[in-house]
Amino acid sequence: MPTPSPRVAPPSDDKRWRLVEATMRRYNFAPAALIETLHTTQESFGFLEPESLLFVARSLGLPLSRVLGVATFYNYFSMKPQGEHTCVICLGTACYIKGSGQLLAQVEQELGIKVGETTPDGKVSLMGARCIGSCGLAPAGVFDGQVAGKMASATMLAQVANWRAA
Amino acid sequence: MTPEELTQAAEREATASTVHDHVVGVCTSTACLASHSDKLKKEFDAAVKAKGLKNVRVKAVGCCGLCASGPMVYVESKASGSSEAATRTYANVASEHVPAVVESLGAAPVAALACDTTQPFFTRQHKIVLESSGVVDPERIEDSFVVGGYQALLKALTTMTPEEVVEAITRSGLRGRGGGGFPTGLKWSTVSKAVGDRKYVICNGDEGDPGAFMDRSVMESDPHRVLEGMAIAGYAVGATEGYLYVRAEYPLAVKRLKLAIKQAERAGLLGANIGGTFFSFKVDVRLGAGAFVCGEETALIASIEGRRGSPRPRPPYPAASGLWGFPTLINNVETFANIAPIVKNGAAWYAALGSGKSQGTKVFALTGKVLNTGLIEVPMGITLREIVYDIGGGPLPGHTIKAVQTGGPSGGCIPEAYLDQPVEYETLVKLGSIMGSGGLIAMDDTSCMVDVARYFMEFCMTESCGKCVPCRVGTVEMHALLTKICEGQATMTDLEQLEELCEVVKSTSLCGLGQTAPSPVISTLRYFRDEYIAHIEHKTCPAGVCSGLKSGAVKAQEVLA
Repeated sequence: MPTPSPRVAPPSDDKRWRLVEATMRRYNFAPAALIETLHTTQESFGFLEPESLLFVARSLGLPLSRVLGVATFYNYFSMKPQGEHTCVICLGTACYIKGSGQLLAQVEQELGIKVGETTPDGKVSLMGARCIGSCGLAPAGVFDGQVAGKMASATMLAQVANWRAA
Repeated sequence: MTPEELTQAAEREATASTVHDHVVGVCTSTACLASHSDKLKKEFDAAVKAKGLKNVRVKAVGCCGLCASGPMVYVESKASGSSEAATRTYANVASEHVPAVVESLGAAPVAALACDTTQPFFTRQHKIVLESSGVVDPERIEDSFVVGGYQALLKALTTMTPEEVVEAITRSGLRGRGGGGFPTGLKWSTVSKAVGDRKYVICNGDEGDPGAFMDRSVMESDPHRVLEGMAIAGYAVGATEGYLYVRAEYPLAVKRLKLAIKQAERAGLLGANIGGTFFSFKVDVRLGAGAFVCGEETALIASIEGRRGSPRPRPPYPAASGLWGFPTLINNVETFANIAPIVKNGAAWYAALGSGKSQGTKVFALTGKVLNTGLIEVPMGITLREIVYDIGGGPLPGHTIKAVQTGGPSGGCIPEAYLDQPVEYETLVKLGSIMGSGGLIAMDDTSCMVDVARYFMEFCMTESCGKCVPCRVGTVEMHALLTKICEGQATMTDLEQLEELCEVVKSTSLCGLGQTAPSPVISTLRYFRDEYIAHIEHKTCPAGVCSGLKSGAVKAQEVLA
């Protein structure tokens, strides 16, 4: 079994680091805790900053390259801060067959950004999802964490426009 | 908890429920939650409390299947003095309907909301995996006791040897429900015979296929059934630790599984000395992080070990050298969900269901261009036509079904003409598709098959882990060719090159992702070659999907000309 590594001081006295440390402690600072730790970090800070990766790498006794490799390999981890609001459009097969590709194109046009980007004013992030598993409600999307099913383009565009105006 | 204590707990719970003349079950799975069924449940709670009804229980339940008509609510009522219960099912229930439904308890049903449960969508199903989904409260272990939860585990531990359990699974004919269809009993017996200081059981809940949500539903609606199956597997193969690898995109499933593990540990049904025996088994949840390739077993193991999810060549198979190098049993969620019923009812009972070399039932996520979309469980051997036309209710008004897609990005499209074929592993392979994990997407005349092939190739291209060249480069090239065809820029030479690439990528890729990535192209070329030719030679998209091309049908003579 891997041995616990010595403790490293967090980059700042931000209380959220305690959550990250708690996760690592639960797994005894084993390298296998990397993905779980990155999940906690992203949950706490919204995205993964270089200093977070460095802290996690040192705490778990891993080379930074390995941490960066894992963080960039998985789609779920984001290295960029998200906008105030997030709009996720599901591009799973069921949703795609029911026209989510066109919906996405309309939102892209409305916001003037491409999927995966955030508007310059930092208001809205637009993302595509592989499949959110709400195929019975296709086409589906997630607006600020709320799943919306059977989306119509008019209501969806209104929602996005509202966010920008607010 | 010993078998006697478990029986007592189940009886206690059953007795406690006799005070309730009416049970209002509100579906709180992801699909219905999207229509705010959590709020609906609170409103029912409040309405019942306001009226001071002591004989009504409002409970949150898992998925009832007909996701398209959510929120789904059922009311189970007993006539006073009788133990027989009558069930009413309501669909599309909204807040304003709550008073009417509460008012109707013990009186005539609310006709406007009634959902006809005699329609084929309900009657043609055969539920084993989903038998308790939509019946039990997934967040209360006592609820699953009433329907026989954990009895199979204790039966195995107290009356069967590990060899007998493996033997039962082998004789049942159960095959891997993740898609490949490898005989489960054979896998179990390989792991049980493998030598290792430790062994692991892993449940693959990384349901990556787009358009599939069977495993999510099982984990959300009946988490204890999955845990029970894993524990039985642990006993059978000699493992003491298990991991449940679940997609991070399924937060509700993660939450309910973690809660279920805690409850089972507290009840002594997981952890040390289960049921007062010498068998100990502990389960931990691991989150995926959004990588389709992690559904491949060696990539999944790498991910649990905290590394990038890159597959490695097999052999050695995980059964010999898996997690941390120890023998590891990996099965899919649905496979584990089948274990307890087999142990409880016997292998012969299970083997009698199904047809050919495919036993038991299969859960499908029926979606796409049909009237009824949702989660269904059907006996193996049912025809695709029965699924699409009877259960699915047929095409949307004014349209015709063109094909069904099974197996996600690793599967293929089966044209309408072949819908009378039975759902069996071998038959679907012969048709150029696979059983897959259970996504079943109906496509009609408005779906362009070239565009569908391009869609899946885009998926495989993005999800390729990049370790081996054929998959990393091949998928990019094939995607470029398919895009060219969709844009009307391609020539017949491009088509030839596409077919050649399909063969190369299929036969030389390292893992299943690359080996099956060309499948959607191969199957659409096999059955819908005319659509490819229409795009190339006539710059026409018959379905009118590909922008920039003429839409409308190309006459058969023109294609042949």
